[in-house]
Amino acid sequence: MTDAPTQQDISAEIADAHRAAAGRASRHPSRDSAPYRSSGLRHPTHELVRVDPEEIERVAPAFGHVDVDPYENDLTIQHPGEPLGERIILTGRVLDGAGRPVRNQLVEVWQANASGRYVHKRDQHPAPLDPNFTGVGRTLTDDTGAYRFVTIKPGPYPWRNHRNAWRPAHIHFSLFGNAFTERLVTQVYFPGDPLFALDPIYQSIPDQAARDRLIATYDHDLTVPEWATGYRWDIVLTGATATWREDEHGDH
Amino acid sequence: MATTEPDQARLTAPERLAHHEPPTGGPDLVQTPSQTIGPFFAFALPFDGGPFLVPPAAPHAVRLHGSVLDGAGAPVPDALLEVWQRDADGRVVAEPGSRRRDRGAFTGFGRVATEVDGTYEFRTELPGPDAHGARWALVTVFARGLLHHLFTRVYFVPGGEEEPTDVLLAQLPPERRRTLLAGPDADGAYRFDVRLQGEDETVFLDYPGPR
Ligand SMILES: [Fe+2]
Repeated sequence: MTDAPTQQDISAEIADAHRAAAGRASRHPSRDSAPYRSSGLRHPTHELVRVDPEEIERVAPAFGHVDVDPYENDLTIQHPGEPLGERIILTGRVLDGAGRPVRNQLVEVWQANASGRYVHKRDQHPAPLDPNFTGVGRTLTDDTGAYRFVTIKPGPYPWRNHRNAWRPAHIHFSLFGNAFTERLVTQVYFPGDPLFALDPIYQSIPDQAARDRLIATYDHDLTVPEWATGYRWDIVLTGATATWREDEHGDH
Repeated sequence: MATTEPDQARLTAPERLAHHEPPTGGPDLVQTPSQTIGPFFAFALPFDGGPFLVPPAAPHAVRLHGSVLDGAGAPVPDALLEVWQRDADGRVVAEPGSRRRDRGAFTGFGRVATEVDGTYEFRTELPGPDAHGARWALVTVFARGLLHHLFTRVYFVPGGEEEPTDVLLAQLPPERRRTLLAGPDADGAYRFDVRLQGEDETVFLDYPGPR
């Protein structure tokens, strides 16, 4: 791995990519993002084909209490003992583009433990597993679109994109909206992480304002005395409209 | 555990649409950006019944299978696929229970991770024809290296049926249209390969609206 790119190389590529994207209002990362090496052979080169969503694409699967147990939103109670690390509450609302709550929908999370290690057989990071932490949670949003998880703050971890590459601490989120076209998988980060500027995945979003939308806010009103600190993160799912309109039926 | 489902879940899909309140007229909220699913989702997202929209032994079960391939034609062993489709009668269903299929209801939703050799397999029922006579499922593709998921559609063309024509297929040149069509092989299985890049790259979709 002597010819692996350095952080300096990658940071220069990130700056180039941001310059090239300047002025284009993109709300998502570019799938073709050279500093993130794994994207090279895994992004399409054809333009995406525009199509009006059909009925099935304007709705989403239903999930209910048959799918998710209420205690699955607490990642700190899945084992006999308590996990090591900084206990946190992470809560927020899932909304559509008009501010309407996304109700009764499945939210799934997964994450590394406080040492930056995943319970995954291919994670080679020489940091300890925590026998009291798996790092998987799920819940259903309530009538206001709100979700709430209790977990521990994940640690940063190394990866092999380039030499001395480290991911900022993050929790992976999987979300369903009111329409399947609103489906989203993303990652939430924590304020003030010194690794933000260096991370090709976070920096794959060229627009700073868009990147900021992935950072949870510390909220002292959510913090529970003598127990856990609180973070808030709201999620907006737009995409195809989920409203029946006459003109969407007749002509195709 | 509560035995009642949320009211929302008892409604049919069109009823659920009708129950959405109208836009508030408030400021348009801006989409939360996507990030890659990464390499380490396999302990979190797949679930036991994920690939089985219908029990594999059901007489009407069909096999939907294939490979996910990168731009060099190499298998992608860390992709996650989801299907979302009408039932065999062409209905859009609104049944909960995808994650625990013991109730036996058809939910229309399936999820599977690719194997180390990049292959995947679902058992489902043939979606009934939509208003245009086409039988298809929405397929969503996630993978390490893919910063934003991709949508595509698999169109099932059972033996004896004509290649469907619909708004999407009609706008594609034949060589690209081919990437979305799946016919039964000798065993009745439908093969749908997802080529993320390069020659025979699968047609991926974009939907109008704010992105
Ligand atoms: Fe991660």
